[in-house]
Amino acid sequence: MAKTIRVNETPLVLYTLRRADDALILGHRLSEWCGHAPMMEEDMALANMALDLIGQARSLYTYAGEAEGGGRTEDDFAYWRDERGYRNVLLVEQQNGDFARTILRQFLYAHFADLYWRAMMASKDATLAAIAAKSEKEMAYHVRHAGEWVIRLGDGTAESHARIAAALEDLWPYTGELFEMDASEKALVDAGIAVDLSALRERWRANVKAVLDEATLTTPADGWMQKGGRTGIHSEHLGHLLAELQHVQHTIPGAVW
Amino acid sequence: MYTQALNAKPDAGEPQLEDAALLEAFQARIDAEDRIEPNDRMPAAYRKTLTRQISQHAHSEIVGMLPEGNWITRAPSLRRKAALLAKVQDECGHGLYLYAAAETLGTSREELVDQLLTGKAKYSSIFNYPTLTWADIGAIGWLVDGAAIMNQIPLCRCSYGPYARAMIRVCKEESFHQRQGYEIMVTLSKGNEAQREMAQDALNRWWWPCLMMFGPPDAASQHSDQSTKWKIKRFSNDELRQKFVDATVPQAHYLGLTLPDPDLKFNEQTGHWEYGAIDWDEFKQVIAGNGPCNRDRLAARNKAHAEGAWVREAALAYAEKRHARKAAA
Amino acid sequence: MKDVFPLWEVFIRSRNGLAHKHVGSLHATDATLALQAARDIYTRRGEGLSIWVVPSNAITASDPADKEMMFEPTASKIYRHPTFYDVPEEVGHM
Repeated sequence: MAKTIRVNETPLVLYTLRRADDALILGHRLSEWCGHAPMMEEDMALANMALDLIGQARSLYTYAGEAEGGGRTEDDFAYWRDERGYRNVLLVEQQNGDFARTILRQFLYAHFADLYWRAMMASKDATLAAIAAKSEKEMAYHVRHAGEWVIRLGDGTAESHARIAAALEDLWPYTGELFEMDASEKALVDAGIAVDLSALRERWRANVKAVLDEATLTTPADGWMQKGGRTGIHSEHLGHLLAELQHVQHTIPGAVW
Repeated sequence: MYTQALNAKPDAGEPQLEDAALLEAFQARIDAEDRIEPNDRMPAAYRKTLTRQISQHAHSEIVGMLPEGNWITRAPSLRRKAALLAKVQDECGHGLYLYAAAETLGTSREELVDQLLTGKAKYSSIFNYPTLTWADIGAIGWLVDGAAIMNQIPLCRCSYGPYARAMIRVCKEESFHQRQGYEIMVTLSKGNEAQREMAQDALNRWWWPCLMMFGPPDAASQHSDQSTKWKIKRFSNDELRQKFVDATVPQAHYLGLTLPDPDLKFNEQTGHWEYGAIDWDEFKQVIAGNGPCNRDRLAARNKAHAEGAWVREAALAYAEKRHARKAAA
Repeated sequence: MKDVFPLWEVFIRSRNGLAHKHVGSLHATDATLALQAARDIYTRRGEGLSIWVVPSNAITASDPADKEMMFEPTASKIYRHPTFYDVPEEVGHM
């Protein structure tokens, strides 16, 4: 009978899983919109972005399996780790809320991921560099799509402005974790495999601010930042998400789907 | 497809076409396999019939996102999740192609969507049944999409150009949908006991509603004659239903599943599978709004529309502001 | 509720070097969103390398009632086609 797996988290495996989990959880959140978006054109767009992210997660999980060397598949990682085993940042697991909140979450993450994957194209790890080259193009489009909506909601009606301003205030404290690095990650940076996230932060802030300015929104000051996702200390939302995501596999364990 | 702006609403000029001579000329074009295009003169009844059929078809695609969308977050593997999400997304796309085709006849999408939301317009009865297990996703792809393809392939030759072109695109894209569903069924039927039971249960629940998808029997169908004459419809309901049964029964046998019809038998002489009596009373009830999910489906579409109102207003307000700023500059 | 979005016509240039071709229409409040929507709706399977979106009401179309006047006069100008001219066989392909 299959049960929750314990991953041998070598620095490379852990590093890869963190990126994979970010992509899967955010992709999953976006997929929750399917059929319920404010307009059908946006149903198409949100699904496309979800598919990009799920695709990135699959490549990364597959590579984590190779790096771990225990024959684990993408689904082993996605379906057989509990919330304490998941390594995504807290930002991506936050609930969809209204369209403003979903778009803003996408905007903040996409701006990070675009810079991140662009830098990772120079990774000495050939597989990660290849995944980066594909992901960077996808995230560049997410940056544009989410940004256009941030501008329209910010500079639209009083109601849309209030909604996206509230989302910005609520989600900003989750952005610090995007740039967190622990010792295991720093070792990979030294080896030329990972990128120094702290070097991306100013660029990220400037890029985000430029759009927020155009949207007539005030970029918040960096106050207290929430963290914990990278070590498996999550918000209460992730457990529910995983219960849903993993439901079928857990009901009939050991089956081929 | 083609511009709404170019299309006058069915106007005062149009009734002339009901003149015998003009009607005859229109029929002659149809008989010559000429395609009718948006700005062409057409009988008011042709316009009305097509607007109703294309918009119902569009509504079906959009409402059809809901039962399958119900399983996107629970798909049992990442491969299945991506495929299902892409499929449901395609359905949204197909709804959009079809609304665009319907709009060329002069009714705006807003008006058509409003007819759906207020419950005035119909959509395919099949989407008023619930998806209860993962096997339902397999059964829908295999059976519902299989039935839809039977219906849609002849529509690629429909006399109305924009509809025919939309259907060509839809059929091309949908070819993966049925295969996706059947692959799920093959996997389940080769799986363990619980999976095989799940597959059989899904087939039991979806088989009869799928046969109903083709509409009432020919003897009782009210729209068919004129639609056939105008080459909107090229096969009768019963003909398409028979084609579907003949194609599907061997596929079920391959899966080792039993069709829930004790009267099903192969007629050696005709080469067709004969099926038992369809419960048309159930069909009428579902169409009348009493299916298990009718209320849920409409409520979900209304909720999305209502909760999206402020987003659409914001986009419009922004466009107006930008326009004003440009004008002022 | 004023929910009427302008209509846009979408044209896609495919990979095979052909010209932009009309593929359908969509609703959007402005050109930028129209372009994004066109990408998501009409190019999900690698159909295109370039997209045009045009406000539907910017298109002027010929009237179907003018079809005969507009297009039939060309039918008799067969001298515009290469097969109208005789070239001796021994000259070969020209």
